[in-house]
Amino acid sequence: MEGVLSILTNPYYNQVLTMMGIFLIAALGLHLITGVTGQFSFGHAAFLSIGAYSSALMTIYLHTPFFLNMLVGGLLAALFGILLGIPSMRLTGDYLGITTLGFGEIVRIVFINTKITGGAMGLGGIPKETNIAIVYILVVLTVFSLYRIQNSRFGRALAAIREDEIAAETMGINVYWYKIKAFAVGTFFAGVSGALFAHMMQYLNPSDFGFSRSFDILNFVVLGGLGSIPGTILGTAVLSLAPEFLRFVKEYRMLIYGALMILMMIFRPYGLLGNVDLVRVFRSLRSRGAGKGTVSGDS
Amino acid sequence: MLLAVENLHVSYGGIRALKGISFEVEEGKIVALIGANGAGKSTTLRTICGLVRAQSGRIEYKGTVVNKVPPYKIVGMGISMVPEGRRVFTRLTVLENLEMGAYSRGSSQEAKESLANVFKRFPRLQERKSQLAGTLSGGEQQMLAMGRALMSRPQLLLMDEPSMGLAPMLVEEIFSIIREINNSGTTILLVEQNAHMALSVAGSAYVLETGEIALSGPAAEMADNPEVRKCYLGE
Repeated sequence: MEGVLSILTNPYYNQVLTMMGIFLIAALGLHLITGVTGQFSFGHAAFLSIGAYSSALMTIYLHTPFFLNMLVGGLLAALFGILLGIPSMRLTGDYLGITTLGFGEIVRIVFINTKITGGAMGLGGIPKETNIAIVYILVVLTVFSLYRIQNSRFGRALAAIREDEIAAETMGINVYWYKIKAFAVGTFFAGVSGALFAHMMQYLNPSDFGFSRSFDILNFVVLGGLGSIPGTILGTAVLSLAPEFLRFVKEYRMLIYGALMILMMIFRPYGLLGNVDLVRVFRSLRSRGAGKGTVSGDS
Repeated sequence: MLLAVENLHVSYGGIRALKGISFEVEEGKIVALIGANGAGKSTTLRTICGLVRAQSGRIEYKGTVVNKVPPYKIVGMGISMVPEGRRVFTRLTVLENLEMGAYSRGSSQEAKESLANVFKRFPRLQERKSQLAGTLSGGEQQMLAMGRALMSRPQLLLMDEPSMGLAPMLVEEIFSIIREINNSGTTILLVEQNAHMALSVAGSAYVLETGEIALSGPAAEMADNPEVRKCYLGE
């Protein structure tokens, strides 16, 4: 207990864990897009930046309450998610990846060249509103809502799209529209995450939201295990904490980080918890507990 | 007439896959489309489903032109497809696959009834309902694809190469199931390379050759036709 308390009160650990929670929310959003629906996005950081800048500007200039700003940040990110989704969700695979990558760069360059966001100098003077409690309450809410989405009719349809678009279409799923909806929900969480980030760092710079940030978040999702919420949580935890724990090796830190990633991809190509689904785990535990291997049919 | 296809033209880029085919599917019957690789059989089914757009011509289902209906709406009209190569959702369970089949049916009560019917027809699927579809054998996957298509309670079932990649014994089993499905009132449009099996279950048949209908008639007559016997029945 004392150990836990000291972690929470130690500013360094507190900061590391808070940042981890913030990026976990973004990663969970991407989990819905990439892990569940199977659509690769290399521009997730752009949606974080939209949420971050819009909420920060509202806080600074409109003095509206933080939670409202965060919500607006999320909704604005989702709006851009829909706008990007309309042309790009007709694309698949590599083409979609390149389009989202391009979008990410466009957003970053727009922020560099916009006056109100401070351009390349960055935007400072954002009050600190984010703390570890708020972040983890939102993490729990995010996990809960994504869990609900994933196991709904809608979520099942998204998984069917990931498995086989043509078959999904012939089942009566409007694949194009569902992909856009998944994109909107996923980018909403990116926007919320960005708002938390802004009010944690108190300073924003477009370089915080470059390609490497998008790639980091994608790594959290892929390495943990595509399609699995526990996998995304584990992936985020391992990959955000590993660089911190590896600080003692100084300049070799990123080298070891890279080697770890290669090893994981060799030995766990589907990610750490690939194919692990909370519902299925619980169901099989329950049915084992009942003594019989049967699972109730009305799921 | 349940389905009437009239002068249907379909192209993939510059390649003309269908050069004005016409055929009819009478309610309650099994109609077979046979032909070699690349004759346009699958294209015909994909066009009926809306997955491929027709260049010209018309597809009439129950008196409505369905050429421009998007694929996700076709199933709601009562046309369901068992796609070529089965295309089951491999990382979903058997049960989840079947539930997806009833997606167009909003009511869960109807879905439950459909599920009971499918399990009655395919007891193997019930035994394996919590297994991932990707772990099933080829024959079981074919049954799953058929069960999934039946979940929407189609009036017209389109089947694309149900015998593909299956052992001869399983092919027999699949075709006897096709006959049963038809007996319980579902009209079937069957695309097959295995002309022998297709002609044995079908009422009427059309032979497709490089995008055109070369021959048509009652299946029994076709099976006796010397040209068909030579080209498609291996004599």
